[in-house]
Amino acid sequence: MKIILGVILYIVAAPLVGGILAGIDRVLSAKLQSRVGPPLLQPFYDVLKLFEKRTMIVNRFQNAYAWCHVIFMAMTGAFFFEGGDILLAVFALTLAGIFLILGAYSSNSPYSYLGAERELVLMLAYEPMVILTMVGMYMVAQSFSFMEIAASQRPIILYLPGVFLGFLYILPMKLRKSPFDISSSHHAHQELVRGLTSDFSGSMLALIEIAHWYETTLLLGLVYLFFSFNPVVGVCAAFGTYFLGILVDNSYARLKWELAFTSAWGIALVLGGGNLAILYFIAGG
Amino acid sequence: MSFIAKSPWILHYDGSSCNGCDIETLACLTPVYDIERFGVINTGNPKHADILIVTGSVNHQNRDVLLNIYNQMPDPKAVIAVGICAITGGIFAECYNVLGGVDKVLPVDIYVPGCAARPEAIIDGIVKAIGILEMKHQNMRIKSKWRLRWPWKSELKFSY
Repeated sequence: MKIILGVILYIVAAPLVGGILAGIDRVLSAKLQSRVGPPLLQPFYDVLKLFEKRTMIVNRFQNAYAWCHVIFMAMTGAFFFEGGDILLAVFALTLAGIFLILGAYSSNSPYSYLGAERELVLMLAYEPMVILTMVGMYMVAQSFSFMEIAASQRPIILYLPGVFLGFLYILPMKLRKSPFDISSSHHAHQELVRGLTSDFSGSMLALIEIAHWYETTLLLGLVYLFFSFNPVVGVCAAFGTYFLGILVDNSYARLKWELAFTSAWGIALVLGGGNLAILYFIAGG
Repeated sequence: MSFIAKSPWILHYDGSSCNGCDIETLACLTPVYDIERFGVINTGNPKHADILIVTGSVNHQNRDVLLNIYNQMPDPKAVIAVGICAITGGIFAECYNVLGGVDKVLPVDIYVPGCAARPEAIIDGIVKAIGILEMKHQNMRIKSKWRLRWPWKSELKFSY
């Protein structure tokens, strides 16, 4: 019963947190460009407006894929925050991403098609580091459960500084922020129009936006786990990471996919793999 | 209350314009005028856009492009003709390849005059277009058959 209540609380609260974070992102980005910027609740207005618009559907599979994307994204967070297996949560997250890619592949638009291909490349780029993060958490806390890792009271960041830095490096890929927004940027200003979501419109685009808010909350939850020995420090670190992401988003140009891919794997190997190897030898296996 | 008034996304199309009106349109997004205060985003995608801003006259070549863009925008949508060339064809009206203003092809809702139109005038045009969008949204809700209707709300039974 407690778990069911928790899941309902998560499903309601996570998009609110994600949406307000997106609003802070837009206000801060405007301030960094010396503009006034939109109101804080602008992302909510955008999504509510998209629900009011008529939805243009390219083919009959597109809607199903968008729905699967948001359902699996919400499910991932529910697994994660209600003490489920974080390894399972990460694979469910990948599944949610795959549904979005299939939705983009299903349309005939070349922009959407290229966006889907680039998203697959990005997925290949960030997955090793995500798996190494999970393995590192297990090595420190001896558990894959969110609750048990958070309750272990060990300062995971001190054991896994390299893994944390590697995770920070791939975070912009998941948040679709600037050095790595090659598959789909926040606003349709890049060479692929809007990449993945070019052919989604109206309420389907709104669903994808809500799924993105769930994803933001989930990723900040992962950052929190590194600092979970002290909840205050953990929450501050999660938000601090997000603000760092906004700063990087505003100060870096977009990378090419080759560089994004090779650098992500290099950093996963050196920082993530190196950190885990040192931990393995110091802890004595 | 309609949320379309709080987040109108624009799509900017340059039919044979001299770039004067385009620069002024883009100036609305710069720190000086900052139209994002009203939730306006310059999207590059017709499927996400609510307002189509057209600068420059319509000719035989871009006629189909313009129609294609307009047909890809989901309802409710509004069209703004920015600058004298987009309104009547301007000094190019007599050219052999020019059809005239945007209203030769699309139903234009707002005309923003000027050569080039000033950013203040363009922002004013967008704000007026928001009012038209709200009206179109109301009409769409009344007309739509597929939307859930509440039987006790009599005005929804009214049909055109």
